[in-house]
This record gives sequence, structure tokens and C-alpha cells, in this order.
Amino acid sequence: MSIYLPIAEISVNWAIIVLLGALVGFLSGMFGVGGGFLTTPLLIFYGIPPAVAVASSATQITGASVSGALAYWKRGGVDVKMGGVLVAGGFIGAGLGSVLFHWLQQLGQIDVTINLIYVLFLGTVGGLMLKEAVGAVRRQARGTKAPARLHHHNKYIASLPGKMRFYKSGLYISPLAPLLLGVAVGILTVIMGIGGGFILVPAMIFLLGMSTSTVVGTSLFQIIFVTAATTLLHAVESQTVDIVLAILLLSGGVLGAQFGVRAAQKVSPEKLRLGLALLVVGVAVRLAIGLTWRPAELYTVFSG
Amino acid sequence: MKYLALLLVWLVCIGAAPVRLITDLSQRRIDIVYTFKGAELLVFGAIQYPAGGVPDEAPGLAIVVRGPAVPITLRKKRRVAGVWINTDSVRFETAPGFYSVATSAPISTLVDERNAAIWEIGVDYLQLSPTGMDTPEIGNAFQSGLIELRRKAGLYAEHEGGVQVTQNVLYQARIAIPSAVPVGDYTAEIYLIRKGKVIARATSPIHIGKSGFERWVYVAAHRHSLEYGIAAVGLALLAGWGAGLIVRRT
Repeated sequence: MSIYLPIAEISVNWAIIVLLGALVGFLSGMFGVGGGFLTTPLLIFYGIPPAVAVASSATQITGASVSGALAYWKRGGVDVKMGGVLVAGGFIGAGLGSVLFHWLQQLGQIDVTINLIYVLFLGTVGGLMLKEAVGAVRRQARGTKAPARLHHHNKYIASLPGKMRFYKSGLYISPLAPLLLGVAVGILTVIMGIGGGFILVPAMIFLLGMSTSTVVGTSLFQIIFVTAATTLLHAVESQTVDIVLAILLLSGGVLGAQFGVRAAQKVSPEKLRLGLALLVVGVAVRLAIGLTWRPAELYTVFSG
Repeated sequence: MKYLALLLVWLVCIGAAPVRLITDLSQRRIDIVYTFKGAELLVFGAIQYPAGGVPDEAPGLAIVVRGPAVPITLRKKRRVAGVWINTDSVRFETAPGFYSVATSAPISTLVDERNAAIWEIGVDYLQLSPTGMDTPEIGNAFQSGLIELRRKAGLYAEHEGGVQVTQNVLYQARIAIPSAVPVGDYTAEIYLIRKGKVIARATSPIHIGKSGFERWVYVAAHRHSLEYGIAAVGLALLAGWGAGLIVRRT
């Protein structure tokens, strides 16, 4: 059952890695997120070196997003113009993130930084999601409807110069807004090994005000290109992409996702959102404990 | 030449040819392939006494298997504003990536401190050359930290009583090589010890390297990074697309 990973340089039980991929795939199929935010910490808990976990997780996400993105593409659910702007931003962000990643590696703070950013992001996003989801479940229990949302116009985004029309998304906004969003997500992709869907999707709906029919497809479109660029950057800069690890994760993930999609059809969307919020907060809490409790090992070896 | 001849004459005169160690290994090279879970290295051989006289007293033996020394930086976590982050660091120039010693008796009774330090017999006698610390005490603390870390990973090990001696002539020891060993050139060193002093010594090289698919992937990732990255993306896309097709059919 064991297989030696050529880049991570350790022997792992391949069945555990495939199961891990399947578990993440199940949850991502159920909640409609990529699940990179689960893969990277779980791999690190299992003992994969953090840099390899981050890089290989990005590779896995590229593969995991293809069939979804193709399905949305065929249905016309991808705003290519908006996606292009997001991807351009993502490339810039990935480049910036890579410089940051390299610098942190040299400082010897990469493991701590990855964990800190995780706690910060998952804590914030999970907290917001939890608040929204609890409200939704309560309203459902009381039988009242959610307050109707007006078309969102964020005044800061509306004040950005040089507006452009994005027909498919039903928007007339400055391309600077999605570009900056792309940059932010690109940086996170490189450092955290995530696709960033769980940040992109809410930001596209609530900050940019995109029509929901194109949000998921466009976000998957962006994720494929940016995670692919991230894989290339990690491969060239730090040689930390373990293709064997990525393929193992992928094979479990595709299967798990199918079961996740079926499971999701049996649960109400409000409860699904609540479940996802609890999951995100749970991971954040677990990582926060790891950072604040006295670690079992005080010493860490860095080669070079 | 003249001195060597004189030495030979002298040896013949006193009738004492030196004790020799004859040694061999179960493997000269250990290949890391995709099924690699670690290995066991058998070090064995015989003691050749001068004039064939085998002493009644059991010989003292220490067998050391040592991996390549790669310079490393060891960092220690400290609590800063409630969070454990890497703060102090010490560099070790000559810490072997792997060190395992098997002996025929407890190290403290087998070899005296001077000889243990010279030949690095015993984990505590490793000369790791810490640099970049403020005081020697910090260096010592980090050194113990590193040894403890690698002991837990199975990379540094001591097996007192791990050398079996048969009829005071033949010896053998099994050295466990864990799956997380660094690749490179290793040596097996065999020491014959009498009254705390090393009286004979033999060494034998071992190579541990990735081979087959593992080696191919590793070399590709390091020498042709860009092509490797492109291939990784391509493979991931293909696998994701293909798996999607299969799942939809069934």
C-alpha cells in the first residue's frame, strides 16, 4: 500500500492519500468549492513538507476544476471577458506571491506564514459565512423569506476610473475591480495552494455584483489558469510540485465529488451553507490551536 | 619506501602483524524505487588475527553507517504575541543526514571518550559544527534539539548490543535504513576496539539513490523544471478531463 513520493521524498500510504482526495472531493462536490483549503492543511498534518503540499495541491485543483469548467462553458456560463481580466490579475498576483513565497522560505517563516494566513482567511470568511447561514436557517425555520437583495453597487468600486461593459455578467464597471480581485486571489493561490473559489465567488456576487448565472463558471475558468500558472512557478522556482501526489489526490477527488453532488441534492441549500461554514471555521480553529499551543517539536530543519 | 621497509622489519622482529578487519555488505547500493519503504543493511565480516591466534576475550566492535553531510539551518520556535514562530537559528555545517551505530557492548564501557570523539562513535560524540549562535550553550541546546529530532525520525540511531560476534572472529550487524533517508554516498565504518582504544578500522562505501521512475521524475523536476511544470499541468488537465468523462458515462 505504500508508495514513495519522488519530490516529497517520503513513503506514504497511497490509499490514505486517495481517500483524503476523495473526502475533499466529496465535500467540494457537496458544497461546490474546490477544496484546496482542506487539501493543503490535511497533507501537512499527514507529514508532507508544507512547500510540497502547497505546490501539489495547486496542481490537483487544476485537474479537479476541468470537468466543471467545461460543463459551464457548454452551457454558456463563462464570461470570457470577465474571466480574462481575472486571469490577468491572477497572473500578476501569482508572480507577486511567488516572490513573497521565496522570500519567506529564505527567512525560514514559510510554515508559520502559511498557517497564519490560513487562520486569518478561513476564520474571517468562515465567520461571515456562519453568520449568514445561521440567519438563513433561522429564517427558514420561522418561515420568513430572506430580504430581497438589491442590485449591488459598491460605491468604491463604482468610483474606479475607465468603465467597461461585461455583457454576460450584466455589468458596467471598471476592469480595475476584477483585476485587483484577481491579483489578491493569485497571491493566495501561490502561498496557500488554494483555487480561491470560496473567496472569488462571494466577492464576485457581493462586491462586483455579477449575475449569479456566470459566477461559478467564470470563477472555475479563472482557477484553472491561475493554478496552472502557480504549478509552473513552483516547479521552476522551488521544484516542489510532486506529480505523483497530485495524481493520487486527483483520482480520489473525482470519485468523491460525484458522491458529494448526489449527497447535496438531499439536503437543503441553507443547511449546506451552514455545513460549509462550520467546516471552514473548524479548519481555522484547528490551525489556530496548532499555532498557539506549545508545539510538540520546537525545532525545525531547513536545508541549505 | 625506506621507512616502510624499516617498519616491516620491525614488525617481523617483534612478531606482531596488525589485526585486520575483513568486511562486506549485503548491498553496495540501495535503490529508492516507488515501493521503497526503507531497507535493512547487513554489515558483516571477520577479524583476522596475526598468526591465527584467536584470543579468548570477546572483541569489542562498533559499526557506524553514516550518510552525506548536508549543511542545514535549525530553527527554534518561540512564542511571540501568542503565536509560535521560528525565531533563533543555528547552522550546522557537517551534520550527517543519517547516522546509525551498532556496538557489541554499551558505548560507555566499550570505548573511552577520547577515541569516541576522534572516530565519532555514538550519537553524543557527533561533531556537528554549529555556527552562528551567540553563546556555546545555545549551540549545545540546538545540537541536542537536532539529535532528538533526527532520533525520532529514525535518522540517528544507536543499537548497543546490535553487533553479534561469533566465536570471537565473525561479526555482523543489521542497520535499519528508514524511508525518509537522504540520498547520496554513505559509508559503513567498522571499528575494532580493545581496552577503550580503536586498534583496527575498515570502511566500505554504499550508495543510496533514487532509481527508475522515481529518479526520472526527480531529475526532470530539477534539471528541466519548466518542461516538468508544463507536463504536470498537462497531466492534471488530462486526468481531470478523462476522469470526468468516465464518471459521466457510468
